[in-house]
Amino acid sequence: MHTVEAPPKSAPPRRQGRAMLAVLLCTFINAASQACIKLGTASLGGHPTMLETALGIVTKPLLFSGYALLGASTVLFVLALRKGDLSLLYPVLTLGYVWVTVLSVVMFHDSMNSFKIAGVAVIIAGVGVLGKASSQ
Amino acid sequence: MKTPLVSVAWVVLGTVIGSFGAVFLKIGAGHLNRRLQSLLLNWRLALGIAFYLLSSVFYVVGVRNGELSVLYPMVSLGSVWTLLWSNLLLGESLTRPKFMAVGLILAGCVLLGLGSR
Repeated sequence: MHTVEAPPKSAPPRRQGRAMLAVLLCTFINAASQACIKLGTASLGGHPTMLETALGIVTKPLLFSGYALLGASTVLFVLALRKGDLSLLYPVLTLGYVWVTVLSVVMFHDSMNSFKIAGVAVIIAGVGVLGKASSQ
Repeated sequence: MKTPLVSVAWVVLGTVIGSFGAVFLKIGAGHLNRRLQSLLLNWRLALGIAFYLLSSVFYVVGVRNGELSVLYPMVSLGSVWTLLWSNLLLGESLTRPKFMAVGLILAGCVLLGLGSR
């Protein structure tokens, strides 16, 4: 007698792994967008009004690219959500903070200290747990 | 500089709103097909993005009067709410790795917060 394999209840594992990689890409795009917005805000001057900020998003290349990247990462995240569990993919977005922390040290010369290094390591470990779960 | 409880409340409320945004993005993603209209004219996705924008307003208001090192780790609370809603509203399974991962991510964000004091 042949045993029939039960159909998978959620998306098949390999597909979730691909969705996970897409969200990983989202976190890189998010960090790049944060850096662009931070650099672009400097070009607005000291205390921009709300109108100046809104106009700046269209007229300042760095601000525009920052928000365009944010839009692109949102679309990519939605496409990834099609193929994976929200509870598996959403926490991965936290990695964006990790890259922002690294970028602020490299680009904006923020200080690096043992707390930050530990925090980065622990978050990456947490995402690693999700990555492993998504491929099982 | 001390962080007033009101600022904490703004940020935590922001994470709750953001987690609803994620839920609507997930539901909206389920209604996508090959046509561009299913992306552009998708009210579930629009609602999800609206929740996201609203949550960032709450976050900005909260951060204005508080310490970033205290408030920043709280943003990761969004993962906790999202875990809850994905189970209650979307019927996703709550597995041990998911709890472990969210626990590690919370701990990591607290460490990042401590490091940016």
